[in-house]
Amino acid sequence: MIPLSWYLFLSAALFCIGLYGVLARKNAIAILLGVELMLNAVNINLVAFWRYLDPTQMGGQVFAIIVFAVAAAEVAVGLSLVISIYRTRGTVVADELDMMKW
Amino acid sequence: MATETLIWLVPLPPLLAFFLIVLFTNKSKALSHSIAVGAAFLSWLAAMLIFAAALGREHLGEDPFTSQINWLPTGDTFLKIGVMIDPLSAVVLFFVGWTVLMIFLYSVGYHNFGQPAGDHDHKGLPPHGATVTDEHGHKHTVLSIEPMYSRFFAFIGLFAFGMYTLVVSDNLLTLFVGWEIMGLCSYLLIGFWFAKPSARAAAIKAFMTTRVGDVFMLMGVAYLYSMTGTLSYRAIFYNEEVLHHLATTAAPLFGMSAAGLIGLLLFIGTVGKSAQWPLHIWLPDAMEGPTPVSAMIHAATMVSAGVYMVIRIFPLFTADWDHHSLTTTMSIIAFIGAFTAIFAATIAVAQNDIKKVLAYSTISQLGFMIAALGMGAYIAAAFHLVTHAFFKALLFLGSGSVIHGMEHGVMHTGDHHVDPQDMWNMGGLRKKMPITFWTFLIGGFALSGFPLVTAGFWSKDEILADAFAHGHWAILATLSIAALMTAFYTMRQITLTFFGEPRTKEAEHAHETPWTMTTPLVVLSVFAIGYGWLGIPEHFPGLGGIVPNWFHEFVGGTLIHHPEAVAFHWEPLAISLVVAFGGLGLGWVVYKDVKAGQPDPLEKPLGPLYPFLKNKWYFDEFYTYYVVGPMTWVSEVFTFQWMDRGVIDGIIHSVAQLAPAIGSFLRNWFDKPVVNELIGDGSAAVFQWLGHQLRFIQTGRLQAYLISAVATFLVVGAALYYFGF
Repeated sequence: MIPLSWYLFLSAALFCIGLYGVLARKNAIAILLGVELMLNAVNINLVAFWRYLDPTQMGGQVFAIIVFAVAAAEVAVGLSLVISIYRTRGTVVADELDMMKW
Repeated sequence: MATETLIWLVPLPPLLAFFLIVLFTNKSKALSHSIAVGAAFLSWLAAMLIFAAALGREHLGEDPFTSQINWLPTGDTFLKIGVMIDPLSAVVLFFVGWTVLMIFLYSVGYHNFGQPAGDHDHKGLPPHGATVTDEHGHKHTVLSIEPMYSRFFAFIGLFAFGMYTLVVSDNLLTLFVGWEIMGLCSYLLIGFWFAKPSARAAAIKAFMTTRVGDVFMLMGVAYLYSMTGTLSYRAIFYNEEVLHHLATTAAPLFGMSAAGLIGLLLFIGTVGKSAQWPLHIWLPDAMEGPTPVSAMIHAATMVSAGVYMVIRIFPLFTADWDHHSLTTTMSIIAFIGAFTAIFAATIAVAQNDIKKVLAYSTISQLGFMIAALGMGAYIAAAFHLVTHAFFKALLFLGSGSVIHGMEHGVMHTGDHHVDPQDMWNMGGLRKKMPITFWTFLIGGFALSGFPLVTAGFWSKDEILADAFAHGHWAILATLSIAALMTAFYTMRQITLTFFGEPRTKEAEHAHETPWTMTTPLVVLSVFAIGYGWLGIPEHFPGLGGIVPNWFHEFVGGTLIHHPEAVAFHWEPLAISLVVAFGGLGLGWVVYKDVKAGQPDPLEKPLGPLYPFLKNKWYFDEFYTYYVVGPMTWVSEVFTFQWMDRGVIDGIIHSVAQLAPAIGSFLRNWFDKPVVNELIGDGSAAVFQWLGHQLRFIQTGRLQAYLISAVATFLVVGAALYYFGF
């Protein structure tokens, strides 16, 4: 059987890729995609820990499903914000959306 | 009832009367005077019963009636107060009871009870008279009732309480209490007609002047208490050990013995109370009060209380006396007494106000008693005290009756510029006012020492005999001249008032006074004659021995060593006769033909001396200039302007200025720079500067924030990991 650590490495790698996408990409939609990657990395962690450490309970799976639901809602809200920003500012480049400053 | 209980009760009825009148019955004049006279009667009755009991007791001097109670706890002992009747207080109680009752009764008539209310009388002014219409339709002005009638009886009730308290008390403390109550009543009654500025001034003068004496007296009382631990007469004055101790202890002043100094201090109280020179000035002015007040307070009882006190403390100031040469204290007392006697007599010669003459005569006669005490003539002083109280009360009441009769005349003529007290406006009153005339004549002759029949002769003669027997020539000479002048001014007064023809219309219409006023005159004149027979010396030619010298035997028992009667000598008797007849005769000769408008026949022969005497040796002016002036300066300039305004207010103002100064210093040097600028504004500036510096962190770029968040997370996480959390 594949050891737990592999899943954890996969999850960490996926999380870092997502984080990199969030921090480095200019496009707001790409940033949202990065967030999705990070959420899924968390999901892998949850399911892997459930399977290896506590398979008789359903906690891990339930948490994963809740994360799906939250992620779906977040994407819906996020994308609608992006569309709204695009309509008002004419851009989706994160660097140009700098209203939150002094 | 036991006599001791009765003694406690003697002072109470007048006090009750005072409160009843003040609190309840003051609206009803008849009820008020009934209560007051009734109370005086009860006290009189008690006094007479006690006197009778005292007469019936063998060896009253060694074994007096006494009763004591614990009053104030002083540590582990009590300050005791009590009552005592020994021979001295018995005879004093006798004359106080009689004079007080008589004067209470007299006051009813004097204040015009039964007369209508005045047309325009004011409270605080003597009544001005009322207009009545008789059945024929004629209008008459008659005397009107005193507006503050009840108030008068309340005050004299309180006064009588004070006097009885003083007489029956067995210690100097309650004596002093009674003394001061009388001082207060004296003030209130001199200022009875308080709307008159002169009466107000006289009341204040009397109070302030006696206060001087009272302060010294209180010092004497305190000194005596600190030396002996008691104030009881028996424990001090009837106790050889205590007297010896006091006589042999040196006082810190003047090289006197403690007994001498205490005696002197107490005596200064008497100088104030009995109006002796140099504190005599208040008594003549006190004549502003109603005449019954003059008779009771300023002749018969209160001023006599001063002499009574000196008689009481006689064993004290004679404790270190060797019965040959007088001690310092005794010399001072004798000098003041003798000087006062002659000094006041000279003034009385030149007075025109009928009451002023009597006032100075009172001062002079009190001087006789004081002089007698100063030279150790204990019995003579006590005897003269009693006889004088009777005949001087009689004379004052007589003068009040005369004034009353004159006021009647003034009402009749309606000329209010005529002074009813000025003897030059009188004359010929013997026909108009026969009872007043005869009683006044008896009182006047007693005062002059008319031989054999009058009481004044026997008592005055005894003083002169004592001075002669012990060789006090200066005192003898002084008192003889004073007695001569006494007889002279008394005859002057009687002649001007009653003899000759009326000098004014008012005197023509004078009228005898009602029975309430004449009855006391008659009663007192009985004593003015009869009391002297109780003290006729044993070896007096002809009369001596017929009546035993009761007074000497009785009062002498008050002392441990009964004083011996002086041997009889012809010389003092001759002096007495000469001065009495000489003075009376001279007064008659000089004044018998005085006409209206004529100046005083003495004015020419006396020359510049006459205004000097008339103006009372200028003592009032002297005191105004040298005592009142400096005192006013001290109080107004020194105390008020310098001490109070300058020093005390200065200190307070400085403190008041210091506080704002400290406040302003703190504000300018601490609050403003440190608190406001450094801490307040400074911290604000720091944070403003920091904000300026840190604003550049806020780029507004989402990813920059995320980076910082991640970086922070990593740093914190690494730190936590590293430190092992």
